[in-house]
Amino acid sequence: MNFQRILALSKKDLKKTVREPAVLFMIFLFPIIFVTAFGASFGGAGSGQTIYNIGVVNDLPSGGSSQQFLSALNETKILNLQTYVSNQTAQADLSQGKVQAVMVIPSEFAQSLASYQASPNNPSQWVNSSISLYLDKGSLVATQAVPPIVQQVLAKFSSASAQPVLSSLRLETASLVEVKTTPSLDFIAPGMFTFASIFLIMLVGQSFAQDRENGMMKRIRISPTTPTEFMASQVLSYMVIALVQAALVFIMVYALGFKPNVGIPSYAFTFVLVMAFSLSNVGFGLITATIAKSPGAATGIAFLFVIPQLFLGTFVGASLSAGAKVAGQFVPSYYVTDALTSLFLRGAAITSTTILIDFGVVSASCIAILAIGITLYSKYFKI
Amino acid sequence: MIESAIELKHLEKQYRDVKAVDDLSLQVGKGELFGLLGPNGAGKTTIISILCGLIKPSSGSATVCGYDVQKEPTKVKEKIGVCIQETAVYPFLTGAENVDLFGNLNSMNNETLKSRKNLLLDKMGLAEDAKRKADKYSGGMKRRLSLILALIHDPEIAFLDEPTVAMDPQSRHAVWDFVKDLKTQGKTVVLTTHYMEEAQELCDRVGIIDNGKLIALGTPKELIAKNGVGNLEEVFIKLTGKKMREEL
Repeated sequence: MNFQRILALSKKDLKKTVREPAVLFMIFLFPIIFVTAFGASFGGAGSGQTIYNIGVVNDLPSGGSSQQFLSALNETKILNLQTYVSNQTAQADLSQGKVQAVMVIPSEFAQSLASYQASPNNPSQWVNSSISLYLDKGSLVATQAVPPIVQQVLAKFSSASAQPVLSSLRLETASLVEVKTTPSLDFIAPGMFTFASIFLIMLVGQSFAQDRENGMMKRIRISPTTPTEFMASQVLSYMVIALVQAALVFIMVYALGFKPNVGIPSYAFTFVLVMAFSLSNVGFGLITATIAKSPGAATGIAFLFVIPQLFLGTFVGASLSAGAKVAGQFVPSYYVTDALTSLFLRGAAITSTTILIDFGVVSASCIAILAIGITLYSKYFKI
Repeated sequence: MIESAIELKHLEKQYRDVKAVDDLSLQVGKGELFGLLGPNGAGKTTIISILCGLIKPSSGSATVCGYDVQKEPTKVKEKIGVCIQETAVYPFLTGAENVDLFGNLNSMNNETLKSRKNLLLDKMGLAEDAKRKADKYSGGMKRRLSLILALIHDPEIAFLDEPTVAMDPQSRHAVWDFVKDLKTQGKTVVLTTHYMEEAQELCDRVGIIDNGKLIALGTPKELIAKNGVGNLEEVFIKLTGKKMREEL
């Protein structure tokens, strides 16, 4: 193994990545722009906490129990309440997206609450009433987030009102707020590390097809460079690219507010995992280059491998169906995202069974895919 | 007897129903400048590809500097430099970086690489443009750079496959001078070309290939005299019945 050759070829590939605008965009700028835009859109920028504007229609006298309930909602810091004098005006604002929900407090609210507090264990004595909640159907997040928040505050309010110690109410409310204010960015950040690396498939596929088309592959084959040295140079350069990608993504998500409470070993493990994952992408890239007859065709064919990995194995797949999640277990990116989620969000140790299994699957599948890629490419085109 | 640099014995290459090389036996002496001539599709590039280890022959044998091209391809690759037909250079690297890359692939040490790079860039008229990216080069400049990449490691044997095709007269003469210089250094050169005046000007001996067979072999003077014609082009037309033409 001649390291002079390996380093020379790796250096060449890295220069290509930096100097060719299309490659630079695809490998570095696109993931950064995407991560920034996606992170900012899902609560990564600013305070890191989403505030929902809720219209309240309440014509009950001030100072009553309904006002106390509204105060409890306000204390969550998640809901920004705007009072409306009529349901009609509130509905008009809802239809225009000015508020994400409208809540109508029933006239029997105080009576209903009092009946519950007088006989909490005897439903037959209760005066039943309903709070109407109209939701902005154009906002997936609002429809999912607002009802449970209101429901939990209501439950805590109705039972805590009967309690003599006010501090317990505050404590329970604070707990509620803590759970609900975890920024969406935290949930998608692990998948972002995986996301960026997937585009290496396209780069490898295009690069091999291009070198084959313009005769450079032939020229390298005529030199004393062995196939092993050539592949080692490819692995080295793409692992370096993956490392830089992971570092850039980390900087971006950190700047957007993703600050997991983990130590340096966990961060180091993240980079190792992403670099191992990059091997499978080199393998998929080689399979792409084997099938593609030109660099243009390689771009299209690469999507056959990019899309499943993207949708089934990164943050994009977080809200997919149960069936899609099962399918995700057949793509390497799923295990990378799962390991990083366990590490950053669930607080699992690097040595935990889940993470070790994920790492084992990632390593084994990546070596297998790389081996298949090299074998196929060598069979049809020679290296 | 002159020591052989290249030796082909009953070499054959069959592609399905086409015989690209047909029972070819040939010796090229050390320090000889040998021209391989033939119309398009005659089998010239196939022969060079076999000698470089790019493709395997169907039968027969080929040795380069005494090494069998099939059994010891790495040894062969260390001895040869090949200027392929394609103008293959990395467009995103500068001329000098392209040269450095291929110097490193041939395991040259930094000092030797630097001095030889400067020498060749100067000889081929690319010294002033060495720091420009190759995608800014003209077609002729790219072909000259391609020739440098093939010969940066000072190989014992140079295979030059149509090195002057599509070059302007100035570039072509610069390459001719360069090839003559290789001969004075005692290098063995195998040149394929469509240009008969080029073969006549440069080659010690020429072999004319048609349909994969060697149909004539000798010095240009011998072939001209033997066929009773005025120049090598007329020899070629007389033997092959075809007019030379540029590949598009």
